[in-house]
Amino acid sequence: MSEESASVQSSERVPFMQRILDNPFILLFIGVVFPAVFYIIWGIVEIVNIPLAP
Amino acid sequence: MSAIQPPAELVWWKQPLDKVEGTWIGIALVWSLIMFFMMPFWHVYGKQNLSSEAYRTTPQAYMAKTQAMVDQYTIRTETSAQLPVVRPPPGSDVYLLGRLWQWWPLLELEKGQTYRLHISSMDWNHGFSLQPVNINTQIIPGYEMVLTVTPDTSGEQTIICNEFCGIGHHTMLGKIYVTEGGR
Amino acid sequence: MSNELFRTCPESGLQFHRPAERLMKAHAVVAVVILLIGGIAALLVTLTRWPAVHLLPADRFYQLLTTHGVNMLIFWMISFEIAILYFCSSTLLKVRLATPKLAWVGFTLMLAGIIINNLAVASGTASVMMTSYVPMPANPNFYLGLILFAVGALIGCFIFLATLVIAKDEKTYEGSIPLVTFGALTACIIAVFTIASGAIILVPTWLWSLGYINHIDAAMYRVVWWALGHSSQQINVAAHVSVWYAIAAIVFGARPLSEKVSRTAFFLYIAFLQLASAHHLLVDPGLSAEWKIFNTSYAMYLAVLASMVHGLTVPGSIEVAQRAKGYTNGLFQWLRKAPWGNPIFSGMFISLVGFGFLGGISGVVMGTEQINIIIHNTIYVPGHFHATVVIGSTLAFMSLTYFLIPTLFRKQVAFPAIARLQPYFFGIGMSVFALAMMGAGTLGVERRHWDMAFTGAPLGFEYPASAYTMMGIMGLAGMVAIIGGAMYILVTVVSVFFGKSVESESSYGTATTRLMRAEPIFIPEGGHSAAGKWGFAAPGTFVLAMFFLVTFVLYYAVNWKYLASVWPLS
Repeated sequence: MSEESASVQSSERVPFMQRILDNPFILLFIGVVFPAVFYIIWGIVEIVNIPLAP
Repeated sequence: MSAIQPPAELVWWKQPLDKVEGTWIGIALVWSLIMFFMMPFWHVYGKQNLSSEAYRTTPQAYMAKTQAMVDQYTIRTETSAQLPVVRPPPGSDVYLLGRLWQWWPLLELEKGQTYRLHISSMDWNHGFSLQPVNINTQIIPGYEMVLTVTPDTSGEQTIICNEFCGIGHHTMLGKIYVTEGGR
Repeated sequence: MSNELFRTCPESGLQFHRPAERLMKAHAVVAVVILLIGGIAALLVTLTRWPAVHLLPADRFYQLLTTHGVNMLIFWMISFEIAILYFCSSTLLKVRLATPKLAWVGFTLMLAGIIINNLAVASGTASVMMTSYVPMPANPNFYLGLILFAVGALIGCFIFLATLVIAKDEKTYEGSIPLVTFGALTACIIAVFTIASGAIILVPTWLWSLGYINHIDAAMYRVVWWALGHSSQQINVAAHVSVWYAIAAIVFGARPLSEKVSRTAFFLYIAFLQLASAHHLLVDPGLSAEWKIFNTSYAMYLAVLASMVHGLTVPGSIEVAQRAKGYTNGLFQWLRKAPWGNPIFSGMFISLVGFGFLGGISGVVMGTEQINIIIHNTIYVPGHFHATVVIGSTLAFMSLTYFLIPTLFRKQVAFPAIARLQPYFFGIGMSVFALAMMGAGTLGVERRHWDMAFTGAPLGFEYPASAYTMMGIMGLAGMVAIIGGAMYILVTVVSVFFGKSVESESSYGTATTRLMRAEPIFIPEGGHSAAGKWGFAAPGTFVLAMFFLVTFVLYYAVNWKYLASVWPLS
């Protein structure tokens, strides 16, 4: 790709989703928080709420 | 060698999809949603669902309840160890415990009747595996799970332990006898 | 940037940073040694579960099953994956590896953890299986070894991330990171979650085993432990899918059909794949149906969708590349003319097909909330994960090894005839092995069980003869797979330690030019599809994908039908 066309392309705005996928730390955040909330925390809350046997 | 090189375009998000990918994603998404909705559907229309009814308990408390049932409803004993066979009334609460290395007591249930089967462990994790009907659940010490179960085949069922519980694991068996109703 | 530390491989054009190269070699060598230990355990375990042989006494069996599980599922996989992370960052991005000294600390911790854990199991005081469910106690060093290994692996993950940052700062590439590196990033992120969960549960368990903590709740242990136990296998999935893409690129020069689709699929892995830890808790007391359904389905099967996408785009990209070379006859000439004698390709392709058809379908079926009632803790479960972890991940890593021997180790592959056959022995043996286990599991045979005949039990039970037949087939096929594994170890060890060096020169010098972006794709007149059929760029792959879907739907339906025959439960 020639220098000229590269600079034309890079001046184009990078779409939002691509910017997220290009950022390892946002991805790391999502990849840790999602399972921590939906799987671990929700699961622990359910177990804590199991009632005592009558 | 481009999957191991940076993409040719600086902005690749806006590239159009090839028809083969678009079609397959559509089909796969529909199938994924069908499989997802199958589970709640079965909760409403299916007959095999585990309830989430469970209680926190202790081995002592659970043992006491099981012993009370055994004292009241034992109809005979089996093997040289005099294992009690318990025939609780239909609709009642039935207590089964797993410990190293037996399922206790043996049960006799009536076909077509519904029972509230409580199961807990006295020591380590055990696996409740009823064969040959093939029902499997996890039994965890400190927790009492309640299965509302309706045996619909008569004959002898064996409870096998299918969670590793030490050296005698393979000898940990129990029985549920299902008798024809209206006896 | 330091000078004289880079060499470019003349055949592949890859550039290796000397400290990264040494680390990759060290991790790969440790991984293969562990594979050997785990493989010997596999042989003995299989020979015990094969009813006609029933080799070991019960205590030895459970001890070796623990050895086999921990070494294969944790140590072999993650050790190899750290090498892959360094390869995908430092090598693919043509950049120096961040803090090699710290990376050696990580390596040392991992090695120390492996040794401590294995000694604990070897002493006979930690035969608790890989899962070590409390309150069954193990020698404290069992947990300590795992903790040290996890800390070391976590250091490796952060070095990978730091290397990405350096590459961006030093502008060694332009635009986005390569797709394969993105897949490695996915594996790294899942690894961070996995290892953090492992620390949350194993540190208290270690303290409990030492007597500093009184009680660990057995149900909570299972929830948090499976965030380690299952997610660690999801690291493998992300890693082996990256390896598939890498091998398609290396062997065929294939490029992803669309960066957007493949990266979005990896993104779905990052967000949802780890929820599937719930697969193990579907018949646990007390967890609600809502929690089970949401988590077991990876949030509406979005991660399954992602795997189905990778399963299309990897062979699809190969098909497009092959069609561009002129293999355009019919639907499958591209596949027939693929280099089936090259173990890099054949292993990768068997891995892809086996992972999808055997591992993928069985995993989704048994991970269905209600269907799990007829499968939980039967030998179906190891049948499933031998298809995913062994055919999927291990075989993919084996294929990659045949590429790394000349490029990374600069050695010629020894015994090329054995190497050519190895993926077939291993892949086909393992496939039959896994299928036989699934068959036996469907008949109710238990996993982790010394004697399916229940010798010495006060009460008895007899499995149907078909269950014994299945277990016999499992034993035979297991021997074929073990021969395949031994062939891999033989080729690898002889090549690396005693092999002839490759002939071309590759000396160290300063860093070379910047990393070039891929060539823009040449789109023929009328779009991609001009080389394909029905407006599809990869019609053959599409037909294969539809065949997969039909198999999937039928098998899924059969299992619901089987479930409906079981006693009513509510």
